[in-house]
Amino acid sequence: MAAIRVEGLQKIFGAVRALDGLTLTVEPGAVFGFLGPNGAGKTTTIRILTGLARPTGGRAWVGGVEVSTARREIARRIGYLPEEPAFYPWMTPLEFLDHVGRIFGLAAEERVARTEELLGLVGLADVGKRRIGGFSRGMRQRLALAQALVNRPEVLFLDEPASALDPVGRREVLQLIGRLRERCTVFMSTHILADVERVCDTVGIIACGRMVVEAPRGELIARYAAPAFEIEGDDGSAGQIAAWAETLRKVRWVTTVTVDGTVARVVVNDVETAKRELLAAAVQAGLVLTRYEMVRPSLEDVFLRLVGEGEAG
Amino acid sequence: MIFPSTAPSAMLRTMLRAGLVALRKELLEQRRSYRLLVVVAVLVAFGLMSPLTAKFTPEIMKLLPNGEQIAQLIPPPTAAEAVAQYVKNTSQFGIILALLMAMGAVAQEKDKGTAALILVKPMPRYAFLWAKFVGLGLTFTAGIALAAVACYYYTLILFEALPVPEWLALNGLMLLFVLVYLALTLFCSTLSRSQVLAGGLAFGLVVLLASIGAIPQVGEYLPGQLLAWGAGMVAGSQGTAWPALGVSDGIIVAALVGAWAVFERQEL
Repeated sequence: MAAIRVEGLQKIFGAVRALDGLTLTVEPGAVFGFLGPNGAGKTTTIRILTGLARPTGGRAWVGGVEVSTARREIARRIGYLPEEPAFYPWMTPLEFLDHVGRIFGLAAEERVARTEELLGLVGLADVGKRRIGGFSRGMRQRLALAQALVNRPEVLFLDEPASALDPVGRREVLQLIGRLRERCTVFMSTHILADVERVCDTVGIIACGRMVVEAPRGELIARYAAPAFEIEGDDGSAGQIAAWAETLRKVRWVTTVTVDGTVARVVVNDVETAKRELLAAAVQAGLVLTRYEMVRPSLEDVFLRLVGEGEAG
Repeated sequence: MIFPSTAPSAMLRTMLRAGLVALRKELLEQRRSYRLLVVVAVLVAFGLMSPLTAKFTPEIMKLLPNGEQIAQLIPPPTAAEAVAQYVKNTSQFGIILALLMAMGAVAQEKDKGTAALILVKPMPRYAFLWAKFVGLGLTFTAGIALAAVACYYYTLILFEALPVPEWLALNGLMLLFVLVYLALTLFCSTLSRSQVLAGGLAFGLVVLLASIGAIPQVGEYLPGQLLAWGAGMVAGSQGTAWPALGVSDGIIVAALVGAWAVFERQEL
């Protein structure tokens, strides 16, 4: 039984079609990265799956239970971290987690133990008795993650979980999400590709309310990412690199060329020909190179390509 | 509304537990956000001031130019005037406080996102609303109770003792009168995400009720009649206003059921 199943989900707001027949399946224990540009329908999907919004059409199940008919049953089994978590500013983290524990019907001893455990887990143990009103956005994000875990959820919905965190906080939260693998299914929406590459094992890419592709991360990169080469010129060679890039764009085996200062990234459609001819072309153009390498295709390459196709189609 | 498929007693226990959890949070909020303090302070202040104003208005008048002549025109102050002042002040400021305290109760939680964070968990929406009404209702109960004690004490010192059972009945009726406006404001707060709009709608309902109440023969069925009934009881009148009591209870129930029906269908 799938942890999450969505079939032909539609959501229309007036003239806006936020979801347009979205279909996806997430297997139990997966960390599912739900990728898409702003306005693609990521948050709307999560709001429907958590019972906060109703679909215009289509059906969705969480843990085998249909969302639209058993909202309260779903509520017991999920955790939810919203994109911009809001709390009662007059409460302390200890009080808020205790309140959440009471909502889930935890016994007093269990609430105390769980609250301490979760505050430690998200790095807020030292500020457990401070009012939430004085917290930074990053601290609120950590508390939001803690409150989503109080009931040991079967399925955890995270809407942009690391977007407000500093690099250290982000790494810690992603490590924590990684550790949740096997214990629960994680459905994580984000637009930060590096986070998905770091922690997700399955990726779904959404554009214009439709699922463009859904596959294991490695398979996705292998299937869609075109091989790329990076060539870096000497200091002050930016002009030469830009001019050379212009000539490369006309070459048959080159798909795209992007230039960032003295670095050109060349995506090719014929790797063997590129291996033979690209370096020679650079030398022939009189470039003084400091780096030439064939780079691992990134999820960003796949994302940009598929979202571009999704929006065009 | 979908209830879990369990035995009725277990269902009742679940409902009760959720309601108590939500009420606990509301009571804590009343205290921490100083709502309890503000409501009690304002109502007690009017409880104290009403007999004082009734007693010393002629004295104050004498201090004005030609005040002696004006003071002679004012009849000697009585306990009935103190009660009338108290009823007028407490009911007017009770309505204002009910509007201010309840207009953001649901609207603000929806707007900020705290409602979504809590209601995505197994917290039924009816319990969320019920707790808000009961929490605010208890705050006003405390405020009116203390104001009643303050007013009774000062009236005793400055005038005479008031009949206790009738005094309690008057304050009970005033509490019911305020609860009508509390329930209506909570209903308006459920309709909107803006507490300003909710407050505006509630104020519109206050004006509407006051306007309808001014129509002869209609006013005696409306909540305002509760005040006249209570004040009459303290003055020794035998008149009653049971229809107004029934209508007031009906408005409270209708407002709360309406709020729940609307809230249950809303997306957060």
